[in-house]
Amino acid sequence: MSEQYVHSEYLVETDWVASHLNDPEVRLVEADEDALLYATGHIPGAAQVDWFTTLQHPVVRDFLTTTQFEELCGSLGISNQTTVVFYGDKNNWFACYSFWLFEYYGHENIRVMNGGRQKWVLENRPLTKDTPTFPRTTYKAKKPSKNIRAFREDVMKHIEKNLPLVDVRSPQEYSGELLAMPGYPQEGAQRGGHIIGAVNIPWAQAVNTETGTFKSLEELRRLYTTKGITPDKEIVAYCRIGERSSHTWFVLKYLLGYPNVKNYDGSWTEWGNLVGAPIEKGA
Amino acid sequence: MSASKELPERLAEIIADFKLAEGREKLELLLEYSQNLAPLPEALNHPHAPMEPVPECMTPVSVTAEIQNGGMVFYFRIPEESPTVRGYAAIIADGLKGASPEQVMNLPADFFLEMGLQQVLTPQRLNGMSAIIAHVKRLAMGILQTKN
Repeated sequence: MSEQYVHSEYLVETDWVASHLNDPEVRLVEADEDALLYATGHIPGAAQVDWFTTLQHPVVRDFLTTTQFEELCGSLGISNQTTVVFYGDKNNWFACYSFWLFEYYGHENIRVMNGGRQKWVLENRPLTKDTPTFPRTTYKAKKPSKNIRAFREDVMKHIEKNLPLVDVRSPQEYSGELLAMPGYPQEGAQRGGHIIGAVNIPWAQAVNTETGTFKSLEELRRLYTTKGITPDKEIVAYCRIGERSSHTWFVLKYLLGYPNVKNYDGSWTEWGNLVGAPIEKGA
Repeated sequence: MSASKELPERLAEIIADFKLAEGREKLELLLEYSQNLAPLPEALNHPHAPMEPVPECMTPVSVTAEIQNGGMVFYFRIPEESPTVRGYAAIIADGLKGASPEQVMNLPADFFLEMGLQQVLTPQRLNGMSAIIAHVKRLAMGILQTKN
């Protein structure tokens, strides 16, 4: 048996979820990259959040405001005490993003289901098309915790102090050869490359492809420490719009127990457009 | 946009349906299409079938085309767990069935914006549609070049 993750209590297995399907203290939340996947079938009792239509501010480039977040939780029957378990498609990509946002607004009992949808389906566990309804709750969000979110000014200071940054995009985006993911229209940033000093560790390297589960503690430690991403330093993770990097943020903070990790959600679509921002090109 | 006048008839009908649907109804309609994506014919339903990959982020999409009675027919292979992309493919397969290669080649690249899916899907998700359209146009061009 491999060594346990540092904060393994933030990760639950599919077995645990299966035995808590009717637990009123637990709310399962599915967050997918594919907007239609939830409607084709989801874990019984699971609510849905969509990172575009549910979690983003409708006008400003930002997340929901505190009041909007409270309203969302209220409508999903989530109280301040509820244990919220996130899962989703594509290696829990958007599940980690939603987890990050819930932590930002101070929700304490949050978990990610290891392996996400992929593992649940592989294990032939039940799915339903029934959309659940929840008794409305009154939710009180905390003051946003700025210590997990980096803004561009923070990144500038981070660079001046020569602290490590991890760029979790594809190698082609990192080198500046492409401005968006391979195959996607190349738009969204005026310049290609990466934030000066950043190392490239694509986010999905933290996951076992066959099961969608996180790699072992030893493997993860090796993946990050060999590139200078070590627990003694402040770390900033970024990608194109801050969602892939919230996955890496989860791995570094909870699985590896790094005390000081921030997600820069402005990411490349902000940095690659900022006049005068320091950029490097090449692998 | 006046371009819709030149679209193949069935495609124009599909676009009109989406235009009428409001908000989440657009997603429900897309889901219906995704469920109606035709299964691959036996000859293509194996891993080594001669289908071309459409380079896309995390959804493996393959497509091939043939000519039947002078019109194009498209076949797609897309995993079940990517219903959004299956929906795009179903719109293309259904909307362009029987269209001439010239019609496909001359499709305006942004005809689907009229459907208003950008109200409910992010640009990142809609890029899958652009990628598929660009690819079917390349297939049409390939067919025209072989003919000449």
